[in-house]
Amino acid sequence: MADRVELGVSFLRTMVRIREFEQHARIGYDAGEIPGVVHLSIGQEAVAVGVCANLAREDYVASTHRGHGHCVAKGAETGAMMAELFGKSTGTNKGKGGSMHIADFSVGMLGANGVVGGGIGIAVGAAQAARLLGKKSISVCFFGDGAVNRGPFLEGLNWSVVFKLPVLFVCEDNAFSAFTRASSTTAGKGASARAEAIGLETRSVDGNDVFAVYDAAHELIAHIREGRGPAFLYAPTYRLDGHTVFDKAPYRSSEELERKREDDPVSDLESRLREWGVAQAQVDKIHVEAREEMVRAMLSARRAPLPTEADAFLDVQNIGAPV
Amino acid sequence: MSVQSTPKTTTMTIAEAARDALAEEMRRDPSVWALGEDLAAGGIFGTYKGLLDEFGAQRIVSTPISESMIMNVGFGAALAGTRPVIEMRILDFALCAWDELINQIAKARFMFGGQTNVPVVVRLPQGIGRGFQAAQHSQSLEAWLVHTPGLVVLAPATAADEKGLLKAAIRSDDPVVMLDPKSLFATTGEVPAGDYTIPIGEARIAREGSDLTLVTWSSLLPAVLAAAEKAGEAGISVEVIDLRSLWPWDRTRVLASAARTKRALIAHEAVRIGGFGAEIAATITEELGVPVARIGAPRIPVGYAPVLENTYRVNAEKIFAAIQKAMR
Repeated sequence: MADRVELGVSFLRTMVRIREFEQHARIGYDAGEIPGVVHLSIGQEAVAVGVCANLAREDYVASTHRGHGHCVAKGAETGAMMAELFGKSTGTNKGKGGSMHIADFSVGMLGANGVVGGGIGIAVGAAQAARLLGKKSISVCFFGDGAVNRGPFLEGLNWSVVFKLPVLFVCEDNAFSAFTRASSTTAGKGASARAEAIGLETRSVDGNDVFAVYDAAHELIAHIREGRGPAFLYAPTYRLDGHTVFDKAPYRSSEELERKREDDPVSDLESRLREWGVAQAQVDKIHVEAREEMVRAMLSARRAPLPTEADAFLDVQNIGAPV
Repeated sequence: MSVQSTPKTTTMTIAEAARDALAEEMRRDPSVWALGEDLAAGGIFGTYKGLLDEFGAQRIVSTPISESMIMNVGFGAALAGTRPVIEMRILDFALCAWDELINQIAKARFMFGGQTNVPVVVRLPQGIGRGFQAAQHSQSLEAWLVHTPGLVVLAPATAADEKGLLKAAIRSDDPVVMLDPKSLFATTGEVPAGDYTIPIGEARIAREGSDLTLVTWSSLLPAVLAAAEKAGEAGISVEVIDLRSLWPWDRTRVLASAARTKRALIAHEAVRIGGFGAEIAATITEELGVPVARIGAPRIPVGYAPVLENTYRVNAEKIFAAIQKAMR
């Protein structure tokens, strides 16, 4: 039990850091400091943390357009992430990608992706490369409920089973495909049934329960690391914000939102930890530290230099100067 | 006992040259591998023939018919430290993977702020091929690709260039699109012995001349050379430049030739409207102010019946007529 408490505290620390990162991103957007579109993952922290807590640095993650949480959970440095959102040259992508393309290759985070389902093949390809190079790395692909209606979902899952690749597919179902309720655009019995039909080892869990996500991912990743092929984790959660930071989500009722707020994965975990004897002061300290980290990230992002016009011509390609 | 001297060249088809190039690069670098449909069977043009036996199923990967996944798996595998050769069968099928090529592969290095290169070769045989395969198996879409920042675009027309450029492409850290000349795969040429590469971005003078600069590439080269020969008999000396690389393209060589001949003609198999010929024409006009003409296909899909296909096709007669018109 002591191990579970310790694990829970470490989960809470990362979940709160993600929550604080997102809240500060919203502040930066509202203040006009973040120029581009931002998709927040508030309410979905348990999926990112429960899965990534099972990964080593050399494992790969491919993410979605809502990728900040996956990036933090995989170990990216939040100062460089925030600088990227600000479009600064000290950002993870030197200000060239922004929120939707945030990536940190030094921790195996192969990028958020502006295209729904865009990360699926990347994760499969990274797994195929790892096998060819004799590396132990596995790949994890996060994608949303919208991606299961795109061709790459079928193609990628099929491919991974055909070649028995070390990939964990994680369907993070936040209930909405952009501005539309996912259930109204998905036929049949949904993502898991499709994965099972293709022959993947599949689990469904409450995506707001970080321990449930962690335990299921743990089991599936053990299966993958034993060389028994790919696996699929279906984790329904809930997007507490709109699709983008400026979407007020008028397509859902305030009653629904209130009900879902009561199932907030962060406060749920805090309640559980208190039941297990963790002091409120320790919980409070986690919040204070995360807030301080993100304030530092905001300050350094604010002070960092912007890219120059000359930077627009760098990293386009090696052969043939851009004109 | 006599000592045999090493032959300087070998005669082989373009398909054989392509296969040799890949085999040599796979022997040289264990991180090079290939993925695509029917590779175990040698590929539809025989460009992978026998490679499965030598390199095994981990490096000659016969995939499902899943174009977007072929492209994206190659992309992901490049991000994770390998050098994939992505086989798309023919250019037309790559349109099922256009998002992966244009939105992901071409932009990744820039978008990720230089954290990674994308060392992939995407093989897209293009053009009319052996004929009568209608509108979805015959397109030439190089203009779309050259239009996309991040891609290197190659279009060889001879066995020597096929081998040397494919080897250079595999060694490049940029994503390279290899537009193989489908209709010329079975034609033979002299290929230098041993390890060699062709510099990317360097055009080749396929025929020297002094009256008109004729710029072309890929499968149209034989028709262009035939037309130039006929023009020579009619007293018009045509310099033929085989561009070989479309991005980057050899502005220096083209402009030097056009400055000398004072007239230029661009011939390509693709539709003339919005084609890459327009870019070259505009450059010559902007830099030199010499008159430039273009010949390309009409803006129609390629039809199946011989008369329909031939209406689309740019052939030696049409090119000869364009030469005569350009000289007026």
